[in-house]
Amino acid sequence: MSAALLQQMVSVAAALLLLTSFALLAQRRMRALLHWFSAQGIILALATAMVADEANMPELYFSAAMTLLLKGIFLPWLTWRIVVRLGVHREVEQLVNISATALIGAALVLYAVHVTLPIIHFSHLVTRNAIAIAMASLFLVMLMMITRRQAVAQVVAFLSIENALFFTATAATYGMPLVVELGVAFDVLIAGLIFGLFFYHIRSSFESLDLHDMEHH
Amino acid sequence: MNLFDLLLGTPILAGLVLAVTRDAWRATWINSGASMVSLVAATGLAVRVLDRGSILAHDGAFFIDAYNVFLVALTAFVAFTTTIFSGPYMRHELETGRVTPQRLRLYHAMYQFFIFAMFLGLTTNNLGILWVSLELATLATVLLVSLYRTQDAIAAAWKYFIICGVGIALALFGTVLIFSTSSEILGHENAALTWTILHEYSKDLSPRMMIVAFAFLMVGYGTKVGLVPMHTWLPDAHGEGPTPVSAVLSGLLLNVALYALVRCKILVDGATQSGYAGYMIMGFGLLSLLVAALALHQQQDIKRMFSFSSIEHMGLMTFAFGLATPLANFAGLLHMTVHSLVKSGIFFTVGHAAQSMGTQQISRIRGLIRSQPAVGWGLVIGTLAIAGFPPFAVFTSEFLLMTATLQSYPWIVLLLLLGLAIAFAALLRKIQPMVFDEPPDYAQRIHANMLPLYVHLGLALLLGFAIPGFLADWYDSAAALLATTRGG
Repeated sequence: MSAALLQQMVSVAAALLLLTSFALLAQRRMRALLHWFSAQGIILALATAMVADEANMPELYFSAAMTLLLKGIFLPWLTWRIVVRLGVHREVEQLVNISATALIGAALVLYAVHVTLPIIHFSHLVTRNAIAIAMASLFLVMLMMITRRQAVAQVVAFLSIENALFFTATAATYGMPLVVELGVAFDVLIAGLIFGLFFYHIRSSFESLDLHDMEHH
Repeated sequence: MNLFDLLLGTPILAGLVLAVTRDAWRATWINSGASMVSLVAATGLAVRVLDRGSILAHDGAFFIDAYNVFLVALTAFVAFTTTIFSGPYMRHELETGRVTPQRLRLYHAMYQFFIFAMFLGLTTNNLGILWVSLELATLATVLLVSLYRTQDAIAAAWKYFIICGVGIALALFGTVLIFSTSSEILGHENAALTWTILHEYSKDLSPRMMIVAFAFLMVGYGTKVGLVPMHTWLPDAHGEGPTPVSAVLSGLLLNVALYALVRCKILVDGATQSGYAGYMIMGFGLLSLLVAALALHQQQDIKRMFSFSSIEHMGLMTFAFGLATPLANFAGLLHMTVHSLVKSGIFFTVGHAAQSMGTQQISRIRGLIRSQPAVGWGLVIGTLAIAGFPPFAVFTSEFLLMTATLQSYPWIVLLLLLGLAIAFAALLRKIQPMVFDEPPDYAQRIHANMLPLYVHLGLALLLGFAIPGFLADWYDSAAALLATTRGG
């Protein structure tokens, strides 16, 4: 694959990633939310594999495989299983001002580009253009964290933050050293399991996964 | 087997054993025994570092110098005394039905994993692993905070998980940014995240990138330190968890987070050759001190009140490390030591007081000195010590910090004094009725184990009268390591 083609492919992946972040931001239905989250993981894995090929770094293939299994398949599946078992999978979250939130999101994307311009200037990597998008995704899912009041949505936002960080690492530095990536993946896995446990606890103590009840009990 | 492997191996092994130990009595002894082994290993390491200087272990993957070995020793010590306190305390909780045997098992296993995560964070030489271990420490303690499974405990644990999780994610972002500039010089390898190597090459790192990175690290690790305005999780988490957990969270984990922040700051200072990072840290520290001191007045829950006191003291230390003159660093390190000792000691006493009155509500805790003199006086003396009353060493370190501040920024001394005075007033005002009034009829006598408190307060007193020569040398070399040169 030529460098120019690769650069374009990584840019496409970055754009798709941004799209999934916006989709997560505005999605109210639990099932669709988890689908988008899973799609984000798969896109991330593909982008990582492409960079691995171009940069000739076999370690990155490993990260890509780990991302695919953990974030593309296992965590969305696990969350869906728990949500179904708790019987809240048909819950539709009340979201006010979706359009306002999306507009703020757009402003955050511009801001991310503004912040990263000086950094991108110094980078020599083919993936440098993706740094801005990675940071924008980070901001978007943090916005989602603020606007959502439902435990599953917050967890999806939490895990997407990890996705955005992972993409940043791939774009800005061709990934972190393997031992760090392994450590981070381990933490994400444990966090995912603990979140699952928490759904049960919250559900049994508050009778719903709406965090409004938790704040005003 | 060398001391270092013993230090890291013991808590992991103990955690695994405790996860399958059903007998509560035996579990508390294994917990204490394992912590004792860690303490011996930590002391051995401390003596070695004191004798022969820094140690690199496992091909430089781990690194122990004057700065972190003192924290390792402190962590091991407080972790050990906390297990001594925790034994009878948690058995009381089991008898009163607040925890089930199964949850007690979870508690013991997670306690040891948490200690392991702190040791790993303190000794690792890799910035990435430092992050991983801090996240691990969060994950281990989330289940401890929610141990009682009350609505409040679950809400507190969720808040802790989400806020610290997001906060610490930002720190990872900062770490990635550091790696992106360091890997251009040192290649795409572990070396580019190894602290000792980065320290050597810090002048060559891109200052612009390091400043952006530090902004993320500051907010990220600052969340875990409990700095205002990222502190909102702290009073909930420290207030709702079992008391031994509050003691180690307030006394130890906050230190480790601050340690991580200071390690990163040293690198940023090297790259920028300016006090930029220091100013940022000082600002956050000062704000935390003032806001927490004011918030102390409004607390109704005794554990939450002492959590706010932790925020106040972390603010003070953060400020000291931001100032970063040798004297300020010395004061910061001393303050870290005595705050850990005194605050964990206070939480032990508070735990007994709450068990005796059956509540954590300040308004319902009355007349402790009459109903249970040891606990009452323990609380009075502990509170005086943490409020900075001489001859306890909190006074010494605060005095040293004032002196250091007076040399660099005289006008800030006024703000520091104001914060300390407000906090002092709040603590005395709240403590007085709790200990001196008539005891209510629901007060029960409980079996209180006051030994850990006496040991902690005794040490704080000893440090207040005279800092032993070897310890002063130790602080001196650590303070010199952290000192930065301004300007240029």
